[in-house]
Amino acid sequence: MPTLKINGKEVTVEAGATILQACEQAGFEIPRFCYHERLSIAGNCRMCLVEMERSPKPIASCAMPAADGMAIYTDTPGVKKAREGVMEFLLINHPLDCPICDQGGECDLQDQALLYGRGKTRYQENKRAVEEKHMGPLVKTVMTRCIHCTRCIRFATEVAGVEDIGALGRGEHMEVTTYLEKTIDSELSGNVIDLCPVGALTSKPYAFTARSWELKKTESIDVMDALGSAIRVDSRGNEVMRILPRLNEEVNEEWISDKTRFACDGLKYRRLDRPYVRVRGKLKEATWGQAFKAIAKKLKRAKPKEIAGIIGDLSDLEAMKALKDLLAGLGSKRLEGRSDGAALDPASRSGFLFNSTIAGLEQADYVLLVGTNPREEAPVLNARIGRLARAGALKVGRIGAVEDLTYKVEDFGDDPRTLEQILTGKHAAARALKKARKPLLIVGMGALRRRDGSAILYAARAIAEKFKMNRMDWNGFNVLHSAASRAGALALGLAAKGGMEAITRDAKAGKLKVLFLHGADEVDLEALGKAYLIYIGHHGDRGAEGADVILPGAAYTEKDGTYINTEGRIQQGFRAIFPPGDAREDWTIFRALSEVLGCTLPYDDLAGLRRALGEDIPEIAAGEAMLRSQWGKFGKKGKIAALKLKPSQTNFYFTNAIARASKTMAECSEARGFSASTNKRTGTDG
Amino acid sequence: MSAVIGNSGEFAFTPANEKWARGQIKKYPRGREQSAVMPLLTKAQEQNSGWLSQAGIEYVAEFLGMPMIRVLEVATFYSMYNLRPVGKTVIEVCTTTPCWLRGSDQITAACREELGIGFGETTADGEFTLLEVECAGACVNAPVCAIRNKYYEDLSPEKMKAIIRSFKAGQTPKAGPQIDRQTSAPVGGLTTLVEG
Repeated sequence: MPTLKINGKEVTVEAGATILQACEQAGFEIPRFCYHERLSIAGNCRMCLVEMERSPKPIASCAMPAADGMAIYTDTPGVKKAREGVMEFLLINHPLDCPICDQGGECDLQDQALLYGRGKTRYQENKRAVEEKHMGPLVKTVMTRCIHCTRCIRFATEVAGVEDIGALGRGEHMEVTTYLEKTIDSELSGNVIDLCPVGALTSKPYAFTARSWELKKTESIDVMDALGSAIRVDSRGNEVMRILPRLNEEVNEEWISDKTRFACDGLKYRRLDRPYVRVRGKLKEATWGQAFKAIAKKLKRAKPKEIAGIIGDLSDLEAMKALKDLLAGLGSKRLEGRSDGAALDPASRSGFLFNSTIAGLEQADYVLLVGTNPREEAPVLNARIGRLARAGALKVGRIGAVEDLTYKVEDFGDDPRTLEQILTGKHAAARALKKARKPLLIVGMGALRRRDGSAILYAARAIAEKFKMNRMDWNGFNVLHSAASRAGALALGLAAKGGMEAITRDAKAGKLKVLFLHGADEVDLEALGKAYLIYIGHHGDRGAEGADVILPGAAYTEKDGTYINTEGRIQQGFRAIFPPGDAREDWTIFRALSEVLGCTLPYDDLAGLRRALGEDIPEIAAGEAMLRSQWGKFGKKGKIAALKLKPSQTNFYFTNAIARASKTMAECSEARGFSASTNKRTGTDG
Repeated sequence: MSAVIGNSGEFAFTPANEKWARGQIKKYPRGREQSAVMPLLTKAQEQNSGWLSQAGIEYVAEFLGMPMIRVLEVATFYSMYNLRPVGKTVIEVCTTTPCWLRGSDQITAACREELGIGFGETTADGEFTLLEVECAGACVNAPVCAIRNKYYEDLSPEKMKAIIRSFKAGQTPKAGPQIDRQTSAPVGGLTTLVEG
């Protein structure tokens, strides 16, 4: 633990810390362009120069390790002069196009030029100009602005795990590009836009649409996957302009996936902005009163056991709770939260949570993936696994389809019966699990979304127990969900007996007369027979298409919603904009409908609803951050079929109604070679 | 936009070159095979009549299990790799300060007169390519140029023209200092250690 003095202030830092980090710790901000906490040190921008006692020259504080007894000065005239020199050189070739640059207002170079820039240039020659590079449909390039900090190159290599970006040429001729200008082959490529300290890499879909200072910034939670990444929704008027990541060390560090970032244009298209009622086979526009009346008429003739509900992938806890209570008021307990048919068991919370927590991955030394492709199901999680795996801290094995996860994976085939072999202890994976100090199992929806899913879950639990993953200090049994609503739905106990299979069977047999679908777009509606379908949701997608009544709801950016992510983290997002037209926040729809149906819900405001939610999930009432879970019994002993484990998603860019409505996602899908034909109704490609 | 690199269809090492390449890789520890990228690129350039094509770069990348962008970075960083087709005889004229002080501008002009091409160009018959290079590391013999991997030193415009003419005639003129001088020893013979 070296102790050093910074501007006379003594500070003790961790061994291995750099002088820049020591300065930060002592409360002195150091300007920088190339240095980034989460990337390797490059030391090439020279902006972080400081003076060190007994050193004849200023030193680059980002690359110099702090040592005992150092005396560092960050505010001497020498330091200022040195940084002014660096800034002058950086500005020699940087265009003065701030007024037409999308980075303007949130540009590191602009900000630091204010402090260290000279008022005018001494450079008389022509500035260098660099041709634009193509990096795909998401990243717009103006490479003349590039200052060669190499952050994007390091991000692609170290975090995204794809060595796609590089620097060609050298010296003044150096140009940052992808190999022959191909699209960046990553689900995380949008993060280079945030990393770029200048306006060289900016957002293509957002280009020239807004200025950063005119946007309203709302903190929210992402629903594109089950991680619940922290996001910031930037809106202007009643339009979401862009989505940016927020820092959350426990979940997404400071990255988000391209779907999270760029699917927001889908919020503008295919929206349901008024109620619809099907009259003689055709959906007709209706008022709320007419729609409610139609529902009431139908429900009057239905017995309680003929009523059920299905929760979709994007639902917030408030909506689920209100629908649950509404159904309870109608006498039905049949609300299904596992719309994809996954054999998840709500009996024990550890049976459906990512128990080790996402940050807990850092402690693991062996990961066995079962029927999951984290690169597509949770790209940010995959980046964390990849970083650890590339650093050699973590070994990864897989039972499932062979797909490129950007790091080295030991494959054990795609036969789920391998789990039984591992249990006998004679399999290679068994030896690896046994050797590991903190082994970890990640079970994905590819393994559970099958007829023998509960048998696989049972085998996975047996493996967790056999290899002591359920210790006091370590719970290495993890379920990786693919939908933002799933863990919350299960925490609310929304798992009807028999699951989706029974609902489909009963609906087909005419035993179910009325079905409430809350954003259930990944369900095969034709399989539900002649049941009367009431769809509550925000997009005219698969669910609305076959519905008999449509009640327009709010998307995740348009409501105050609580979500529970795959690890059981309870998080709240706030409303950024209002739902379009006559659409309403989902829980208020259920509240209003309950009054018409004569079973008025006992809450009138969000606070009341959340109090009621607290009765179902005590952690919410207690204001805790995570669901508590205890090891228990889950899964059902059974025969595992010889059927190969299949990927749970077929197209990363089309997994939900918002993404499917997004033009940007369609472009990405095409650019990265996902075939458009996968965007069809199969009921499982969510 | 113009591609950074030209292409010439397919590329694969000849069996002899492949064997040689495997020998180069063996020089490095296991897991560090990528260290052999520079000799392999050089060999690929040699085999492809003096220039490195896109196919060649991709072949080397695959050969070493490297991402293509990393190989392209190496190939564009070093000026010794020619990314466009070149003539049979490549003349690389040094124009860095010591050579420039000693008259490299005139040498360049002599080449231009004799060949009718400027830097980065190839004669219409595909025989000669003229390239500008940074310091060749032979400042003591400035001005210098390199032709077919040999240095021609202590040049004058007349000597330069003579050398080119001799290449045109299918001969290979004597490399090294073009004046009365042994390598980089003093002009006109030894000045010290003259006895014994």
